[in-house]
Amino acid sequence: MAGSKKAEVTLPTDERILITRGFDAPRHLVYRAWTEPGLVKRWWGGERGEVRVAEIDLRVGGAWRCVMILEDGSEAAFRGEYREVLPNERIVSTEVYEGAPGAQALNTVTFEEREGRTTLTVLVEHASKEARDARIGSGMETGVREAMDLLERVAISLR
Amino acid sequence: MARAAAATDAFNAVAEPRRREILDLLASGGERPVNEVVRLLGISQPLASKHLRVLREVGAVEVREEGRLRLYRLNARALKPIHDWVRGYERFWSGRFDRLDVVLEELKEEEGGGGGG
Repeated sequence: MAGSKKAEVTLPTDERILITRGFDAPRHLVYRAWTEPGLVKRWWGGERGEVRVAEIDLRVGGAWRCVMILEDGSEAAFRGEYREVLPNERIVSTEVYEGAPGAQALNTVTFEEREGRTTLTVLVEHASKEARDARIGSGMETGVREAMDLLERVAISLR
Repeated sequence: MARAAAATDAFNAVAEPRRREILDLLASGGERPVNEVVRLLGISQPLASKHLRVLREVGAVEVREEGRLRLYRLNARALKPIHDWVRGYERFWSGRFDRLDVVLEELKEEEGGGGGG
C-alpha cells in the first residue's frame, strides 16, 4: 500500500551516501525483515534481480553473503562481515562486490521507531577513494555532492 | 603531468576543486570574461583558461564572443548525468524498499492476527 514512498538519497560528504525511508511497521519487524535470510531474499534484489542465496551469520565477526541473478542470467554476489549488531537498533557491516573485492564499503543501518512507525537509515561509507570510485563506476570521482549543491543553487529543474 | 588530462564527462569535469570553484562563480553571476575568473579566484590566466577549456569540452560552460571579449556562462544542464546517477541510486533503493513494504505487511498480519495461516 505504501509503494509510492520514495527512498531519500543524500550525499553528506563525497565518501558517504545516506539513504532514508519510513516504514509503516514497528522496528522489530523491520529488523526481522532485514536480518532473516528467508525474508531478505524477498526484497534485497529490488528490481534488479532475484536473490538466490542469502546467508546471514548475525553476530560480530559473522559473515553474510547474497547472490542475485540479473536479467541477463549472470550472477552478482556480495558479501561482508558484521562489525556491530545491536538488535532492533543498529547493524554495522562491511559490504563488498565479489567482482571487485578491493572496493569495500561500510554500511551502518539504524532502525528508529516512533508511534509504531520506523525510520530506517542506511549510511554507506567507502573505505577509500579508490574503493568508492571502483564501486560507483568509472568517472565518478570527488565532487558529486558539490555538483548536486550547485544544481540546487542554480535551481534548474532537471527531472 | 598525466598523459591525457582529458575530462571526458561531467563527473571528471567537476572532480577538480578549481573547476568547481569556477562553476560556482559562474553560477552566482551570469557571464564573466576570463580575466574576472582570474581575479576573483586568484589563479593564473593559463590555469583559468585550461579549466575553462575542460569545462567547455563537457558542455558545463558555454562561451559567447562580444567584441574582443569572450564571455563564459554556466550550462548546468551538462551536470545532469550526476543528477541522474543519484536519482538512479534512489530508484534502486526505492525498488528494494517497496518490496520490503510487502514483507512487512505480512509480518504485521502474522503478528497481529490470531487467525493468520
